[in-house]
Amino acid sequence: MEQKKYWKGLEELHNTDAHQEIVKNEFSEELPFESEGLLNATTPRRDFLKYLGFTTAAAAIAASCETPVRKAIPYVNKPEEITPGVANYYASSYSIDGEYVPLVVKTREGRPIKIEGNTLSSITQGATSARVQGAVLSLYDVARLRFPSISGTETTWAELDKQIGAALAGLGGAPVVLLSSTILSPSTKKVIGEFLAKYSNSRHVVYDAVSYSGMLQANEASYGKKVIPSYHFENAKAIVSLGADFLGTWLNPVEYSKQFAQTRKINAKKPEMSKHFQFESTMSLTGANADERYTHKPSETGAVALALLAAVGGSVTAPALDGRLKEGVAKAAKELKANAGKALVVSGSNDVNVQLIVNAINNIVGANGTTIDFASPSNYRQGIDSDMAKLVSDMNAGSIGAVLVYGVNPAYDYFESQKFVDGLKKVKLSVSFNDRNDETTELCKYVAPDHHFLENWNDVEGRPGYYSFAQPTILPLFKTRAIQDTFLTWAGNTAAWADYLKNEWVSKLGGQEGWDKALQDGIVEPATAPALGGASFSGDVAGAAAKINSAKKGGKYELVLYEKVAIGNGKLSNNPWLQEMPDPITRATWDNYACVSNTLAKTFSTQLGDDYEINAEKKVLKIKTNGKEIVLPLLIVPGIHPEVIAIAVGYGRGEKVGRAAAGIGKNAYPLVSYNGQTFDYFAIDATVEATGEKYPLGLTQTHNSYEGRPIVKETTLEEFIKNPKEVNEDRLELKKFGPDFRKDGTLYPNYSYPGIKWGMSIDLNTCFGCGACTIACQAENNVSVVGKEEVVKAHEMHWIRIDRYFSGDENNPEVVFQPMLCQHCDNAPCENVCPVGATNHSSEGINQMAYNRCIGTRYCANNCPYKVRRLNWRDWNGADSFENNLYDVADMNDNLTRMVLNPDVVVRSRGVMEKCSFCVQRLQEAKLDAKKAGHPLKDGAAKTACQQACGADAIVFGNINDKNSEIYKIRNEMQTERLYYVLEETHVLPSISYLAKIRNKDAAPKAEKEPAHKEEAHHA
Amino acid sequence: MYRRVSILLRKHFVSVLILCASIVIPFSSVKAAADPAKGKAIFQQNCASCHSVTKKLTGPALAGVEDRWPDKKLLHQWVHNSASVLASGDKYANDLFIQFNKTAMTAFPALKDEEIDDILAYIKVAAVPTASTPTPGGETGTAEDKGNDNSLLFGIITLVLAVVALILMQINSNLNKLAGDKEGVATADPVPFYKNKAYIAIGILLLFMVGGYFTINGAVGLGRQKDYMPAQPIFYSHKVHAGINQINCLYCHAGAEKSKHAMIPSENICMNCHKAIKEYSGPELVTAEGKKVNGTEEIAKLYDYVGWDPEAGKYTKPGRPIEWTKIHNLPDHVYFNHSQHVVAGKQQCQTCHGAITEMDEVHQFADLSMGWCINCHRTTKVQFADNNYYSIFEKLHQDIKDKKIDSVTVEMVGGTECQKCHY
Repeated sequence: MEQKKYWKGLEELHNTDAHQEIVKNEFSEELPFESEGLLNATTPRRDFLKYLGFTTAAAAIAASCETPVRKAIPYVNKPEEITPGVANYYASSYSIDGEYVPLVVKTREGRPIKIEGNTLSSITQGATSARVQGAVLSLYDVARLRFPSISGTETTWAELDKQIGAALAGLGGAPVVLLSSTILSPSTKKVIGEFLAKYSNSRHVVYDAVSYSGMLQANEASYGKKVIPSYHFENAKAIVSLGADFLGTWLNPVEYSKQFAQTRKINAKKPEMSKHFQFESTMSLTGANADERYTHKPSETGAVALALLAAVGGSVTAPALDGRLKEGVAKAAKELKANAGKALVVSGSNDVNVQLIVNAINNIVGANGTTIDFASPSNYRQGIDSDMAKLVSDMNAGSIGAVLVYGVNPAYDYFESQKFVDGLKKVKLSVSFNDRNDETTELCKYVAPDHHFLENWNDVEGRPGYYSFAQPTILPLFKTRAIQDTFLTWAGNTAAWADYLKNEWVSKLGGQEGWDKALQDGIVEPATAPALGGASFSGDVAGAAAKINSAKKGGKYELVLYEKVAIGNGKLSNNPWLQEMPDPITRATWDNYACVSNTLAKTFSTQLGDDYEINAEKKVLKIKTNGKEIVLPLLIVPGIHPEVIAIAVGYGRGEKVGRAAAGIGKNAYPLVSYNGQTFDYFAIDATVEATGEKYPLGLTQTHNSYEGRPIVKETTLEEFIKNPKEVNEDRLELKKFGPDFRKDGTLYPNYSYPGIKWGMSIDLNTCFGCGACTIACQAENNVSVVGKEEVVKAHEMHWIRIDRYFSGDENNPEVVFQPMLCQHCDNAPCENVCPVGATNHSSEGINQMAYNRCIGTRYCANNCPYKVRRLNWRDWNGADSFENNLYDVADMNDNLTRMVLNPDVVVRSRGVMEKCSFCVQRLQEAKLDAKKAGHPLKDGAAKTACQQACGADAIVFGNINDKNSEIYKIRNEMQTERLYYVLEETHVLPSISYLAKIRNKDAAPKAEKEPAHKEEAHHA
Repeated sequence: MYRRVSILLRKHFVSVLILCASIVIPFSSVKAAADPAKGKAIFQQNCASCHSVTKKLTGPALAGVEDRWPDKKLLHQWVHNSASVLASGDKYANDLFIQFNKTAMTAFPALKDEEIDDILAYIKVAAVPTASTPTPGGETGTAEDKGNDNSLLFGIITLVLAVVALILMQINSNLNKLAGDKEGVATADPVPFYKNKAYIAIGILLLFMVGGYFTINGAVGLGRQKDYMPAQPIFYSHKVHAGINQINCLYCHAGAEKSKHAMIPSENICMNCHKAIKEYSGPELVTAEGKKVNGTEEIAKLYDYVGWDPEAGKYTKPGRPIEWTKIHNLPDHVYFNHSQHVVAGKQQCQTCHGAITEMDEVHQFADLSMGWCINCHRTTKVQFADNNYYSIFEKLHQDIKDKKIDSVTVEMVGGTECQKCHY
């Protein structure tokens, strides 16, 4: 099979001069001398000796200072359940903005340090996402509000209650409005109800920053139910997504990743997988994983839906579409019809008419009751856009008495934020319960900060009857108060929230025992899952079609707003881990930008400039639409529609939300518009001009070059069924060395691994590139945050990166995600070159790194074919002997933030190399538990952080000497056809195997034109 | 002569008789009457949590208890079942009951009358204040090695030999000169040895080697704290607790079985015993500097920390933690797990902490250097046959069967690899 050409970016595809230069100089780095004077001094030798003498003396003095006296301070009265040094786990729940993720929280010495998914939940089955993993850091955010305040001055809760009580009483019947995002907690809603019942005309307005109102309203019009159904991707053989990024940001991606992955697991014995079509304007994470992907302008969204409806047999006429799109719709429709009853169409549109057409398609292809469940729908989003619009106009009319803001930030993310701000000024009483002094909270007179969810009790209802619970994992860090307690107090109910919730559930579950079990399990679910239920479709298809057909045609350029996988709607944006997580598609950190196609980029420059790909400095564009403008750097994203500009929301936060988020990127929410019914997250007529300025972006894509080596393997389903072994044909070449490449491919003796031999397998077919593993690893292993400036210098520290490769047509490329981490080679090139023996091999096959031996020569990193070793170029953690070396751009070294550090893993100091350790602390703990219990290590007892976080179970880890382990079975029984090792022919003997990607498509798309030059130009 | 003796015997018959009796009678009476030693054991097992011989605790001080009770039988009955005595309406018993806040005494129906008599005998003995100090139990101290160090002798011999060599070399050069003179060969005047380049070179080399040796040794030892023995906020004697009173180490350091930390016990653990033990009556306590320590005052310090009022018998103020000075410090980049060594490795605490039962003040016994750890891992055997965890090491099991090796050390199962302790 011919090796496909993969490229990380257009610079590599076109092999520009600058790309050749950067590949050539990949390992050289300007020394970070701050003064040039030293090197240019007239007597550099003498100066050198002087510096040498001084530093030696200084180091000697620093090192020989007296050993500090340390204290050991025991508890006065030790809590029974805490043993210092032993972790406790508590079940909890993540339900921010309507996402539903049951959790298990690891606490050490009373502080939460790591979040895992709760495997008992049948909905998420233990999956997590990057944002969920990062939530533990938000608990220790130094920008959190620490006390209640009135007009910006600290006050007591009693005083606040008194004043607000008086203010509420003095409203004179003017309505009280609670403005919140989607709340999944039934008991919280009950408390809110109790409070609101005290005031006439009061109401609860649900406002979702990124709204699904169109879907709710369309479902009401189609089925008479204003709900979002539950989706069952696992039952679908044909999936068509019309711009829904269900693996990245759509509704509850954690749940859908788990389901979707079940349809993508494949082996030669059962060569079946779902077929996934994606129609979208920008390049989303889901689009990148699609088998067939087609792009269209946002103004054509409705037309695509209509055409699909017509193609599956709906009684509408298909609007005109361009050739390729038309072909795609026909293909998708054919697949949907062929898999009727096992088909699913989802749409990311917030337009009622589009969603109604999608409902009609689903109705025809028999999705209702099979892949879409209306019997137990999802509660994930509840906001109706018109309610919010009405509230804002009511506020401006002066008819609202009080606005209580809980978990929303309309002054930042409402499309007409100024109108909201003006309205808020006309409201007599404004209260914010938000956790930080954000754009809205700043404007509220009273601030009554709520607990972080890890400090609070709660119940969360993802679907009716499916509950997950939250319990405090730490005492409140600050003088905050649970919002439920606040409402209970204001409602005159003297019960404490903890008791209130407990009483609710003790009576529901029939006793204390039931409640205890619910808290221990973290979930309560129906004993038998209720059967999936459909709903009868009665939508006005003709009406919707007419409205779609009469919609305005787009202008020259169109604009799409999207959520980034890591940052989402921006609520969690003051999270350095998430800010520094490279975006799965663009590989950019710390910013938002205008994503454009190569075609569009060329219009701002006569040719593809290296400044777009190699240099951090990017051309800045001014984009205008609907009378608003935004100035952002340009970033070329292969695969985006040529006439579309995509901008991420969630950036451009105010100065007071915290150091990591403040001043990063630009706020794109003002570009949202309101169509009288729902918010539109696109604009159909935009103008673009270059400002002539440049702005640096922290891109990680060009930091390493794989230099054209064959490291990704893929095939199509058709070919895999025909000849499963074909994808690994090149492995046969290794046979020339002898039957056992491990032994026969080398002159050196073969080492045996007598007890345990760790190994990992990564399935490229189910790695969707979401980045949950990256953040999980960062949390588990105290991986440092370096900041944008250092990312530009390729100094980012992530132990596991997800390489994204494009192949094929540069305007609609195929994408592969390949998680890359230390391969723990049994014949490791890094080990041979270390002059101090700081990295060497263990008898369990781990490539060990002894930080305290490392002197930072970087020989190992330069000799690593996988480029996974990371040097601490600066002192990110304050681990140096010299205090003032600390380099911290995001408050990661505040005593508060440092509470998130895993005490079992050291922080590394400057000048030390680090890399993935296979989470050796977890392996050691699992082994110790087995030793203490006196039985051999059980498969699954030791899990790496990345493996545990992966929602798609793409990572399998275990002892390959154990013939009953999953990893052994994958390697020797289940996946022998797809299994390969990256750069196996070099005989470095990696411990990580990959499973080749399989695309469910007819044939690889032909590149539209040949690349400008050939492979051999590549770094000879 | 014979007669005189017989007379003497006769004369002293009475006293001899008394003497013999005084030897024999106690012996015979021991068998029949109460045994204070037995009584002590029973007392400590059953009574000591509420009673002291000399002090009022939950129950009254027991000295003179036999005299206070009108009837020994009644006393027996009281011990067997105090409620029945109270029910009988005995005045003394009821008064006592009221005096002690109507706290009912635990019934001991299983105690035999003889055993109660043993206790009473012990109370009688214990009530008399004794001057003699109890001898500490446990092992004897390690014999100190003295005079085995020959380095001084060797040093002197080396020095003498060096001087002899120097003299011989001088003689040699002088003789050469004389021989030269005799044969008429002109030789240069001998260079004095302090100007001789060879001597200077040798001298510098020696200085460099000796200096280097001490510098490197000193540098390697930086941060090591062998024999570190800081003063602690409370003079807590491990010798008294773990040595004399034989309290199991794990009673206080409960974490050693479960966690990486052995755990300094929380104050509530101290109070488990010290609610009752208010005074120190053991052997005299002396600090390393030779200062005498009043044990009772040290117990009072604990009460102050924990907020306990021993008179009132209750907590009267909120407790404060005791800030002990940590003695055994490992660098941050070392992961050490107590439970690994205590439970999986079945090591004794003393292996690393020394004769802790002999230490009034704890000092660091081992230097806790990496070499020390590694040496132990090289020589210590794992529970290879007993712990089923090791069953996966099939090759090593085969080697044992084949008699290639007789046991498996920690090193053989990877115990000296970097990432067993550094991560």
